[in-house]
Amino acid sequence: MDQAGTPGTSGFGDVVLEVDDLVTTFRTPDGVAPAVDGVSFEVRAGETLGVVGESGCGKSVTALSILGLVPSPPGCVERGTALLGDRDLLALPERTLADVRGNEIAMIFQEPMTSLNPVLTVGYQIAETVRRHDGGTRPGAMRRAVEMLDLVGIPEAQRRAREYPHQLSGGMRQRAMIAMALSCEPKVLIADEPTTALDVTIQAQVLDLIRELQGRLGTAVILITHDLGVIAETAHRVVVMYAGRKVEEADVTTLFDAPRHPYTRGLLASVPTLDALRDGAAGERRLAEIPGVVPKLTGLPDGCAFAPRCPLADGRCASTRPAFEEQRPGHSAACWHAHTAREAAREAGQ
Amino acid sequence: MTGAAPPAGVGPVLEVDGLRKYFVSPRRLLGPQAGVVHAVDGVSFTIEARETLGLVGESGCGKSTVGRTVLRLLKPTDGTIRLLGDDITRLESRALRPYRRRMQIIFQDPYSSLDPRMTAGDIAGELLGVHGVSSRAERHERVAELFSRVGLRRDQIGNYPHEFSGGQRQRLGIARALSLQPSLIVCDEPVSALDVSIQAQVINLLMDLQAEYGLSYLFIAHDLAVVEHISHRVAVMYLGRIVEFADKRELFANPLHPYTESLLDAVPVPDPRRVRRRRIVRGDVPSPIDRPSGCHFHTRCPYAVERCRHEDPALREVAPGHRVACHLR
Ligand SMILES: Nc1ncnc2c1ncn2[C@@H]1O[C@H](COP(=O)(O)OP(=O)(O)OP(=O)(O)O)[C@@H](O)[C@H]1O
Ligand SMILES: Nc1ncnc2c1ncn2[C@@H]1O[C@H](COP(=O)(O)OP(=O)(O)O)[C@@H](O)[C@H]1O
Ligand code: SF4
Ligand code: SF4
Ligand SMILES: [Mg+2]
Ligand SMILES: [Mg+2]
Repeated sequence: MDQAGTPGTSGFGDVVLEVDDLVTTFRTPDGVAPAVDGVSFEVRAGETLGVVGESGCGKSVTALSILGLVPSPPGCVERGTALLGDRDLLALPERTLADVRGNEIAMIFQEPMTSLNPVLTVGYQIAETVRRHDGGTRPGAMRRAVEMLDLVGIPEAQRRAREYPHQLSGGMRQRAMIAMALSCEPKVLIADEPTTALDVTIQAQVLDLIRELQGRLGTAVILITHDLGVIAETAHRVVVMYAGRKVEEADVTTLFDAPRHPYTRGLLASVPTLDALRDGAAGERRLAEIPGVVPKLTGLPDGCAFAPRCPLADGRCASTRPAFEEQRPGHSAACWHAHTAREAAREAGQ
Repeated sequence: MTGAAPPAGVGPVLEVDGLRKYFVSPRRLLGPQAGVVHAVDGVSFTIEARETLGLVGESGCGKSTVGRTVLRLLKPTDGTIRLLGDDITRLESRALRPYRRRMQIIFQDPYSSLDPRMTAGDIAGELLGVHGVSSRAERHERVAELFSRVGLRRDQIGNYPHEFSGGQRQRLGIARALSLQPSLIVCDEPVSALDVSIQAQVINLLMDLQAEYGLSYLFIAHDLAVVEHISHRVAVMYLGRIVEFADKRELFANPLHPYTESLLDAVPVPDPRRVRRRRIVRGDVPSPIDRPSGCHFHTRCPYAVERCRHEDPALREVAPGHRVACHLR
């Protein structure tokens, strides 16, 4: 894998999508839940931005907000901008935005049936996406659909194109959805847990496929996942979210080598790794736990949302929310004790 | 909890020999012809007291069916199952009952495996009632003990499942499974639905309980790193059969079956500096109705030779305790 050099900028093209201060809330019986609270990031052509965090931390709502797909009510995009080129997606009328979706920005989901129509053949659905994109003829679009199915590694693409989604295996459906998402050669691909439901063998195939197509088309990819292994293998830069907020951002090597936020450090310590044994290290070590549970969004503490679970929390953490600040070039975190966290990590033998 | 009984006997807690479980699949409209699903096709293993046997393999390869058949939730097609030395393969309801107490299951989905209309305390204590092991007052005391042992608060006894987080629901499922002091627990993807930080809590709890009560686990999971962490020995299944079986250190450090090798290679490692060396298998698992001839893995195996197409490799011991089914090893 390539080593990302200077964090954030090297080796990639221009900024394609720039999200700034996104706030999305949901009205719930317990009050207003800030599902996404002031999230900002950018992604460049050819770059993969990983977004990681536990369930409910706002990863999917971030993606849905950018695409104008937040169900409203109960949801509401309250604030922020999402610049694609010089257009703000959050300000576009729905009709224009519908054109942008599946054209300049495409999305793939964990569950392929959310984007595949069960009563239409796979080939027809991809062909329609192609036609909407380039306005070409039906037979031409069908040929392109078969090409795309072939490209994503579906055997006998010609025959499979005439089949319905339920006739494909789970892995093939996922690949068909990727074929559809990429058939319009989007500038940005948002993949929300694209491999979570798949076996590791199929996951490896799908991730390789996304990477390969990204290399060929220069697509900017936003990869949302809770799997740190997938992040390490796929992302160039990583955003860590907790309770609707961005708590850390760095290039992938820095994030894994020198995490500054106690939550990131807790996550990294809590996953068992195959390497422990392969490298002859102790396999019997007790997994580090992050105590407690993810807080309810309607009752977040005034200060740092992670304070109730954080080993470093003190009075200031409980009362005042830490700002998201640059710790060193290209590496930011929202923590009063980001410095201490670094020292602790070093002592732990980094 | 008192009297936590590691099995008194000497032999293994569970001995499974030549187990088969076939399903007859109805003719589907557009699918293949009606046929026999060879979900489990001649599987043998033992589990000792205080031992965890990990069971891995791709979706549909028969892991859950092994677990459910061993527990006699499904009727075995062939083979024998011995629990604590006794043959339970063909026992029917009444005769099976004392054995049911000795073996329990924990499921993947803490959301759907708990009755939403029962309180947490009733869920944890239900089996005690069913098996008539204690008076109401004793039961209450026992449930309270179980709650604190698995890390739930006693004041949560009256709560309903929807009032618990995913990790807490899994703890509740564990409390219920523990209530009758079983010897064996089948854990079917017990942490797959949980968040990373909560996964670690549940894995640690399961390991602590094993040490404390001498439990044996059949631990089914698709996450190989989790299996590596918790297991003592590991069996790799492909299309209803065990293709490799070894001590976990041996299996992960020195995988011999090409399928094990590609499974391990496919696991993404949370270390961005690691150079990937992938021998990814192509395509999907073939249908368990219409399995490839010879070695079932030959359609995806990078090393397949002509012989593999028509000759079925036997599971052979190639090093002490390390068994593998491949012509080339
Ligand atoms: N009741 C049933 N009737 C027919 N076929 C069944 C039945 N239960 C399981 N099967 C089939 O048996 C095979 C093995 O299924 P099983 O659930 O044991 O797989 P698994 O290894 O647990 O998979 P997963 O990882 O997806 O949980 C599959 O092909 C499945 O479709
Ligand atoms: N349609 C909805 N109605 C109400 N709340 C929602 C809805 N969708 C998401 N949420 C809430 O928004 C928060 C963030 O959810 P989500 O972005 O889906 O998390 P994840 O990081 O797991 O993708 C959660 O608290 C979730 O319950
Ligand atoms: S601000 Fe305080 S509570 Fe929050 S992560 Fe940092 S040390 Fe922990
Ligand atoms: S027997 Fe042949 S096809 Fe089967 S795993 Fe070994 S080499 Fe591959
Ligand atoms: Mg999500
Ligand atoms: Mg299963």
